[in-house]
Amino acid sequence: METNFFEPTLPPTNVVGKPMDRVDGRAKVMGAARYSAEYPVNGLVHGVLKTSDIAKGKITSIDTAAAAKEPGVISIFTYQNIPKPAKVPSTLKEEKKWQAAQSYLPMQDAEIHYAGEPVAVVVADTLERATQAAALIKVSYQVEKPIDSYHDPKADLFDPQKIQNGKTDGHKVRGNPEQAYASAAVKHEATYVHAINHHNPMEPAATTAVWEGNDRLTVYESTQNITMSQGSLANLLGIPRDQIRIVTHHLGGGFGCKGSFWPHTILTVLAARAVNRPLRLVLTRPQMYTSVGHREDQEQTLKIGATQEGKLVAMMHEKKSTTSPWDNYAESNSKVVNMLYACPNFSARYELARANVMTSVWMRAPGEAPGSFALESSMDDLAHQLNMDPLQFRLLNYADKDYSDDGKPWSSKSLKECYARGAELFGWSKRNPKPGQTRRGKKLVGMGMATATYPVHSSQGTARVRLFADGHAVVQSGATDLGTGTWTVMTQVGADALGLPPEKVRFELGDTRLPTAPGSGGSQAAGTVSSSIMAAAEDLWKKVIDMAVGDKKSPLYKAKPADVKVELGRMFLKKNPQKGETLVAALSRSGMTDIEGMAMGKYGSGYEEKHFAAAGGAAGSPEEPGGKNEKGEGKKPSGHSMHSFGAHFCEVEVDPDMGTIRVTRWVGVHGVGQVLNLKTATSQLYGGAIFGIGSALMEETFRDPNYARYTNHNLAEYHIPVNADIPDMQIEFVPEKDPYINALGVKGIGEIGIVGVAAAVANAVYNATGKRLRSLPMTPDKMLEALRTSA
Amino acid sequence: MALIVPSERQNSPFHYLTISPLMHNFSYLQATKAKEATGAKRDDKSSAFIAGGTTLIDLMKLNVENHDQLIDVNMLPFKGIEQSNDGLRIGALERMSDVGEHKLVMEQYPAISQSLLLAASAQLRNMASIGGNVLQRTRCPYFRDTAFPCNKREPGTGCPAKEGDNRNLAILGTSDACIATSYPGDLSVALIALDAVLTLENAKGKQRRVPITEFYRLPGKTPHIENVLEPDELIVAVTVPKAEHARNSLYLKNRDRASYAYALTSAAVGLDVQGGTIRSARVALGGVGAQPWRSKEAEQMLVGKPANEATFRAAAAAAVRGAQPYEHNAFKIDMVQNTLVRALMEVAAKG
Repeated sequence: METNFFEPTLPPTNVVGKPMDRVDGRAKVMGAARYSAEYPVNGLVHGVLKTSDIAKGKITSIDTAAAAKEPGVISIFTYQNIPKPAKVPSTLKEEKKWQAAQSYLPMQDAEIHYAGEPVAVVVADTLERATQAAALIKVSYQVEKPIDSYHDPKADLFDPQKIQNGKTDGHKVRGNPEQAYASAAVKHEATYVHAINHHNPMEPAATTAVWEGNDRLTVYESTQNITMSQGSLANLLGIPRDQIRIVTHHLGGGFGCKGSFWPHTILTVLAARAVNRPLRLVLTRPQMYTSVGHREDQEQTLKIGATQEGKLVAMMHEKKSTTSPWDNYAESNSKVVNMLYACPNFSARYELARANVMTSVWMRAPGEAPGSFALESSMDDLAHQLNMDPLQFRLLNYADKDYSDDGKPWSSKSLKECYARGAELFGWSKRNPKPGQTRRGKKLVGMGMATATYPVHSSQGTARVRLFADGHAVVQSGATDLGTGTWTVMTQVGADALGLPPEKVRFELGDTRLPTAPGSGGSQAAGTVSSSIMAAAEDLWKKVIDMAVGDKKSPLYKAKPADVKVELGRMFLKKNPQKGETLVAALSRSGMTDIEGMAMGKYGSGYEEKHFAAAGGAAGSPEEPGGKNEKGEGKKPSGHSMHSFGAHFCEVEVDPDMGTIRVTRWVGVHGVGQVLNLKTATSQLYGGAIFGIGSALMEETFRDPNYARYTNHNLAEYHIPVNADIPDMQIEFVPEKDPYINALGVKGIGEIGIVGVAAAVANAVYNATGKRLRSLPMTPDKMLEALRTSA
Repeated sequence: MALIVPSERQNSPFHYLTISPLMHNFSYLQATKAKEATGAKRDDKSSAFIAGGTTLIDLMKLNVENHDQLIDVNMLPFKGIEQSNDGLRIGALERMSDVGEHKLVMEQYPAISQSLLLAASAQLRNMASIGGNVLQRTRCPYFRDTAFPCNKREPGTGCPAKEGDNRNLAILGTSDACIATSYPGDLSVALIALDAVLTLENAKGKQRRVPITEFYRLPGKTPHIENVLEPDELIVAVTVPKAEHARNSLYLKNRDRASYAYALTSAAVGLDVQGGTIRSARVALGGVGAQPWRSKEAEQMLVGKPANEATFRAAAAAAVRGAQPYEHNAFKIDMVQNTLVRALMEVAAKG
């Protein structure tokens, strides 16, 4: 039977897109939703990490005598007695099963490489007793002077060739940037500094390890990717995947820090097996700053050359940043610089320095967030230099194809509409182009804007759809919900796939016993899981169509399956849509209680390759030579470059005496394909912008230069925005249909919301004051200092 | 093994501690009479009073303070917010939120009300007591993390803040041993500006009155000694004299985010202006001093002068004379002057 459900149009929607309330909302408000540290487990014992006071040196002795005498203490593990894993971690791309962000596993010997590194795991019958015993352990060290960052005078900067632990090229040259820049009529060069940032999810990382015998394991884990956790544990323990079950039903945020496998999880699992008890370990808030990565301290130098008329001719990007003693991680900031505008010449290079810190990791829009701060600040400066409106300047350099990817056409791009609608909502035309002119009382008022973008990463996953003859359905996929709404939006997708009201559809996620899905990261979950559910539904449709065309009582009796189409749960003849019936009607006559569909769905270039190449579409050969693109992927077989786009508009008030910057208005307009749920999507884009405002104005982790130890590892002194920092915000979406990216035309929205935000704030500050701040966060001391110095 | 808690004692927010004996390390006494509390207090640091606990519990969790006994004073009768012959009298066990929102305080002592309502979060203000607030301890990161040396926490170990994260530390009154803003909060800045007097009571039931200007001690060589409180003494009340400069007072706070942050710089000011001339002035600064910083130098520059920006600028310059900045906190010299000038301008305009 050949049916072609993949026409280059998108299916109609009914429930999808609606601002439906969260299906898990009531459970969360009532405290019934279980997070990873909340599962009741019989015989549970508690683990507490003891971490290193020093950043570099060697353990000379560990005195556990006092701790061991504490009542309730079951076991104390140090490097001397913790069981060894079957394999050591690796970050190498070749070892796909092991997706550690850090290749170094602590507690394997006496060496200490970073402050906060685990030195002991204490297991006791209660959390309080384990905590107390951990405090009583005395560790003596032979201390060496650590290196704290790339700007430490003792740090050696080196060319890593590859960044992101080998996943991405550290060099990129397109055209002849040196020459083009040298001969450019207008030049701009600036250096931008980005502070260390931490993800700071509300829910700390937690692991509950439950062994059955020596080779069957269930882990309740706070992870954005249960499949990754399963694979990593299988690899490290030398146990087949199918004997390891990971459960993650709810996450209290993650922002990237729960998207990798980290040492505390394997240490907990090993300790649990050794004590032969279910073991729970929850990181403390300070430990969250030294256990699950961070956004690295970094500086970028960006050179941009343009013609007198304002056409970009060259961009050259350089980044210096700190990495750990073992891994070569840096966010790939240059990607967004390379692709956002029409610029024929480009280069990028990275330098790293090893310091006594743990390996940094992706954090919300890794690369795009800090990269866009440099690019969009420089673009604003250049517009000013050219005496042009910043929005007009961007339109002049609008990229109508992807210059960074062989000039591929976009699968969809609604950026012009975003600019226009955002400018209208915000009142951009009222902006005084001359900086420092607008006052409101004692405050200086300014307006700024910036472009947002995020790529559609290629991804795939599976789902199962089970329709019952009574008109109910269960939809399953081993996805996770960071708190952003996966539970809800996939219920909506399932409802439309089967033509049922959402209250008759139950969606299940967060368990490796369910069909495998990608993690929530890289903005790929919504697009992939929705596509998987649609693919699984199609598998089910085919089965029901087969039943219907053989059923005398069906209006479709004797029709050719290829002539039948399904929309919103109703099968009908393509040529005569009146003739048809619902899936449920056909199923209920069959005598079967239920029927199941299962399939793999794709997201991004893989989807286009699968569904358009055969039809003679734009796709090329997957084996084409040409090496890897800057995103670290092999030459894309797809014909389209796939990205979402948006525009931010920001108003700030600057107090010139106090140095304080407050965002007073915010407008964001985005083109992200099909929005699955208007309410959760809007919330997620509020969240992205707020995250960006935090990084712009207040977020910074301070690492002491002499001790290489964080000094503000708590939520009182690591400032994230509070309600009073955030004004009324307006978020809108422009309608956008993209049939090339996945079954419903969904682009992810987890990251685009933050991209460009810091620049939009900095540009508004420039418009308010005439001062350009290039070091994040833009705290009052920096603003005052800039205002003190003459232009 | 749950202890039986007498029902009349369950009013304290900490009564639950008595039913959690598994967390070893300290005993808990809920005092119903002042002498029961002060009498139980030991000379060493092994026991501590607990009221709101918002600083104490925090520091105990960090192992910065380790007490064998906590003496809950919440049941003691040191309550009340009233106008007495001496001025405003606040019982030490009143909560920050109750005092900050009290009509009398808002109308007659606005700087005190503002200092309370601009502090912490609503939840913390509902817990924290006035007496405890005055004894709030520094947020210096080196004090709060036992992995670092700290002269205040462990005398003689050193002060890494001088070459480290000193952005939020003091520029006035510091010593080679310690550069912490020993009191990081807001209330005492207003209290020290308005000549508040603390009433202390000891184990013998004897009370003494100490002006808050004489209560705190500068770090010198002994930064671990922060005030003149004797081990058996409990703060039972705060009194603030009635005055025109108290009625016409203001607390202005500048910080990294709009709420729930410690002050980078703050100013508590009070002015009595008649016919454009300043009759009396009170000035205290927060976020810059090794203790809440009363600036008599600034006050002298104000009294008898016209209430205008030039006068205020001169006063601000006098307030920071002798300031000693470190790598990351030099900005406070300008910022605190601007804060003070802004506060004086606003209070002068208010009249």
